[in-house]
Amino acid sequence: MSLRRLPQALAVPLLALGFSLLVGAVFVLAIGRDPVAVYAELLRGTLGSPYGVGQVLFKATPLIFTGLACALAFRAGLVNIGAEGQLYVGAFATAWAGFTFRGAPALVLAPACILAGALAGAAWGAVPGILKARFGSHEVINTIMLNFVAIALTGYMVSNVFVVPETVHTPEIAAAARLPRFEAFMPFFGGSPVNVSFLLALAAAAGYALLMNRTRLGYELRVVGHSAGAGEYAGIRTGPAVITAMALSGALAGMVGSNFVLGYKHYFEGGFSAGIGFMGLAVALLAQGSAVGVVLAALFFGMLSHGALVINTMVPKELVEILQATVIASVIVSSNVVQDYARRRARERTAAGVTP
Amino acid sequence: MKRAARWMGWVMFGALALLPLGCAKKQDSKPVASTGPRVGLVFDVGGRGDQSFNDSAWRGLQKAQAQLGADIANVVEPGEGSDRESALRGLAAKDLDLIFGVGFIFTDDIDRVAGDFPGKHFACIDYALKDGAAVPPNVLALKFKEEEGSFLVGALAAWLSKTHRLGFVGGMDIALIHKFAAGFQAGAKYADPNVNVIVKYAGVTGDAFKNPTKGKELALGMYSEGADIIFHASGATGQGVFEAAKDQKKLAIGVDSDQWRPEYDGVVLTSMIKNVDESVFQAVKAVKAGAWKGGVQELGLKENGVGYVYDAHNHRLIPAEIHDRLEALKARIISGEIKVPKE
Repeated sequence: MSLRRLPQALAVPLLALGFSLLVGAVFVLAIGRDPVAVYAELLRGTLGSPYGVGQVLFKATPLIFTGLACALAFRAGLVNIGAEGQLYVGAFATAWAGFTFRGAPALVLAPACILAGALAGAAWGAVPGILKARFGSHEVINTIMLNFVAIALTGYMVSNVFVVPETVHTPEIAAAARLPRFEAFMPFFGGSPVNVSFLLALAAAAGYALLMNRTRLGYELRVVGHSAGAGEYAGIRTGPAVITAMALSGALAGMVGSNFVLGYKHYFEGGFSAGIGFMGLAVALLAQGSAVGVVLAALFFGMLSHGALVINTMVPKELVEILQATVIASVIVSSNVVQDYARRRARERTAAGVTP
Repeated sequence: MKRAARWMGWVMFGALALLPLGCAKKQDSKPVASTGPRVGLVFDVGGRGDQSFNDSAWRGLQKAQAQLGADIANVVEPGEGSDRESALRGLAAKDLDLIFGVGFIFTDDIDRVAGDFPGKHFACIDYALKDGAAVPPNVLALKFKEEEGSFLVGALAAWLSKTHRLGFVGGMDIALIHKFAAGFQAGAKYADPNVNVIVKYAGVTGDAFKNPTKGKELALGMYSEGADIIFHASGATGQGVFEAAKDQKKLAIGVDSDQWRPEYDGVVLTSMIKNVDESVFQAVKAVKAGAWKGGVQELGLKENGVGYVYDAHNHRLIPAEIHDRLEALKARIISGEIKVPKE
């Protein structure tokens, strides 16, 4: 990012934050609470203690994965609404590998579990990719439908195949498959389940940036995303590119299980996600496809997500949800407004003959 | 663009103008300083307003506030899976005397948080016991013998059924709900060996407890197959069962709380009640008296942990002679003469 674009990059979050906090304040006032106190509690609970910071990182980890998944699809001209289903299937596969291959050494088992999750997610993502490439059916519908299938299928597995009585989760994974928590070597995170998979998410972001910007495949995906016609003209076959993009997108979403299964609960639990996959769309939109943007947006949404829980003792749950949605919507709207403004400024400058 | 900016300006102005108003309001509604124990509670996915399990726990807290002067300001309704532990931890870090988790799904979360806060008291409704693992000393595991109450309403339904066919709508297809089904079936068979019970579940995820549409669909199916009384154990999903019963002019049996309401008069035969409110209240009371004790508490018919509703609303649906037989049956379960299966 050039220095000239820095004010613009800062303007987006600041404008959005200011705007959404005010809109939120109106709602908080409407139920007769003090918005300043609510926001202060939100800040204190998230950034005011090491535990809060740990929770923000923990919540951001899966959002980085799903954010990258949606961003990759976006850049290839696809809308992947199926990250939720892909992460369910992936997390289940991660847990399955973890409780099935007991006795394998840690150095093999943990990566194998993550790989199993990525592969399952990739397979789940590839299906709508193939349907699109082969039959031209729209990936939006198919990814949405596959979400229902994935959630029901994993739920069935938990309650009928890999049953642990009186629970809604699978058996526990082998101890060797567990990813250590940060508190194991940084005790000040005390109690927060933030774990090594956060680093894995950062690595995935770096890998994503390399792939998209430095490789032939990434270039092809971007060209197809920009204009399939131009891609065909340049000799890029759209079909395989679409399938590859959807599979890669699914693989990223499928790695969410590393956080919840390997790093936290040590089992797959029905209903564990509650919309992380859909939130990935918001993360990707806000990030405008950049890897750094995805990480920052995920941290921001992670903070909102934990903050929502913190202020829940002060305001009702419904209000917390309204606040969250308002903030997300305002962030995305203002990012468009600022870009619009920047584009217009650039046009005016060009028209006035000012060389940049 | 310009218009958008101006619009945003107005919203900001409006918000700022309202700001002092809200601050003033806050001082008006300052809570009265409480003298009793300070209690925190984290709700299950169904949340407040399910007219069932969670609401029952909430009633227990309100009773504790009214009668024991308990401070009940700290209640949380979590969203996704990892929020449960985080919410418990947030409450544990506060100056509270007792913290509740409402639902079996809290079991592992409570174990973990209780281990990290050995000086705090916790209680878990429907705590799931694990083979060979002890309940942490600072955790009170509250369990209910749902099968006993279900046995009674099963017998009642079988005695009243004209078609010898009954229905059971479960929420999520899990062991906890299987207990309701098992008790209901055993009770029905005990009362009428020729009875036929159709058993169906609304789903395999937590959403199965808040899907009235699915509940109605299942119930309509059962009524059309000839069932004339349906027992549901499915949280908010059961609202659909009541609607179906009303449409078809058949009977339904509620669960957890007394689910009779004016619009379902003559539809709700009775409810298999689970006195979650009472167990919550008793736990708070014990804390206040300094007599709180961890460990497992199993509450059945004998302990008044479960039961059925028989009052002015459903008098005319249940003949006195049937009620007498039901009471006799209840006594035989309490005495241990009848053993009710759990699955």
